Amino acid sequence: MTAELSEMSEKLRYRDPELASEIAQKIRALTPVNRTIRFCHVCGTHEWTITHYGLRSLLPANLEVIAGPGCPVCIVPAAEIDEAIQVAQKGAVVTCFGDVLRVPGSRTSLLEAKAEGADVRVVYSVTDAVEMAKVDPGKEFVFFAVGFETTAPSTAVEALRPPPQNLSFLVSHRLIPPAMELLLGVGDLQINGFIAPGHVSAIIGLKPYALFPRIYRMPTVVAGFEPIDVLMAIYMMVKQLSNGSSVLENEYARIVKPEGNPKALEAMGKAFEITAGNWRGIGRLPDSALTLRRELSSYDAHQKFGVKVEQGKDILLGCECHLVIIGRIKPNQCPMFMTACTPEKPVGACMVSSEGTCRVWSTASS
Amino acid sequence: MCLAIPARVTVIEGDKAKVDFGEGVLREVNVSLVEPKIGDYVLVHAGYAIQKMDEKDALETLALWDEILAKQ
Repeated sequence: MTAELSEMSEKLRYRDPELASEIAQKIRALTPVNRTIRFCHVCGTHEWTITHYGLRSLLPANLEVIAGPGCPVCIVPAAEIDEAIQVAQKGAVVTCFGDVLRVPGSRTSLLEAKAEGADVRVVYSVTDAVEMAKVDPGKEFVFFAVGFETTAPSTAVEALRPPPQNLSFLVSHRLIPPAMELLLGVGDLQINGFIAPGHVSAIIGLKPYALFPRIYRMPTVVAGFEPIDVLMAIYMMVKQLSNGSSVLENEYARIVKPEGNPKALEAMGKAFEITAGNWRGIGRLPDSALTLRRELSSYDAHQKFGVKVEQGKDILLGCECHLVIIGRIKPNQCPMFMTACTPEKPVGACMVSSEGTCRVWSTASS
Repeated sequence: MCLAIPARVTVIEGDKAKVDFGEGVLREVNVSLVEPKIGDYVLVHAGYAIQKMDEKDALETLALWDEILAKQ
């Protein structure tokens, strides 16, 4: 099986430079010459692939690929970081993904809170938080649940199991399609097509994107994360533009099924309600956040610890994260990029997470 | 953070499975959302398998690429 698959992946040539240059040539041939074409992706991993493999250098000068709000850590509002810090200060053990640790709250990050004595622990999976809570029943544990639809099902499964009584959740999950819709309302962005995120789509399937081609006349292609996947998606989109069509296509059919993952969707539906949510740098978006259902409220850390921060300080003076997050400017157009704001000493959330646009660009520029 | 990595299922015990990420990297993950068989490849994100991968699907990608490139 392994040998067969390795032979097969060789045959698929996911990173083949010759195939890349063949596709790039076709992209150049089909890209309209008389105007700027701007495609937007909404996934930090896509930004990594595009930057790491230098894919922008293969595209015509008038074809831009911009990064939308695709980093789930970057868009967690400061108020929700503040809540996690408050919970830790009340004596609970706060568990979170490593990326979340250094994201700035209104005054400090979870890492700084840890340095001051709070018990904050990094986990690889929500399951680790469950195990920690089981082995230490005398302590309260909180899982700070950050992530898009790719991550939310795992939180849902553990919340429904049910979890140990000494574990509760601060749910900061967000949904991608409402953020994509928001971008279309930003007048001067003028997006001509969406590269939809492959691993979010592995869960939600194709249906939630249907409105983009149908209502907004926006070519939309779900793409995988190898360089050939991304180039192929761009090619499929310029092809649609040249035909004057706008349809939803699935380049990542090897992972993304039209129906997504029904079991994951079922778990999410049972555990969460969809509600309005704040996004750092963007503001409040309707139907874009998940919150635990009323039946699970005893596992809601907001209620268990009586914390609710209505408003936080999302963007520090001089930081342009709010413009980077929506693709309005490139990281190197922020005056702080790699001067006052570096991966070692990040000012804005986009420089913290390995999927933040500024962080991805910092690695490429060093 | 939506990074997900393919791995091969080696042992299944209820909701959990030991998976092989290649080059000797083994880890226990939750497979309740995909219910794979031993030998299946799954895509793992944050300790959970979120989708199954099979040869047929992978070959379809190849066919799709060929089709798209041939059609121009």
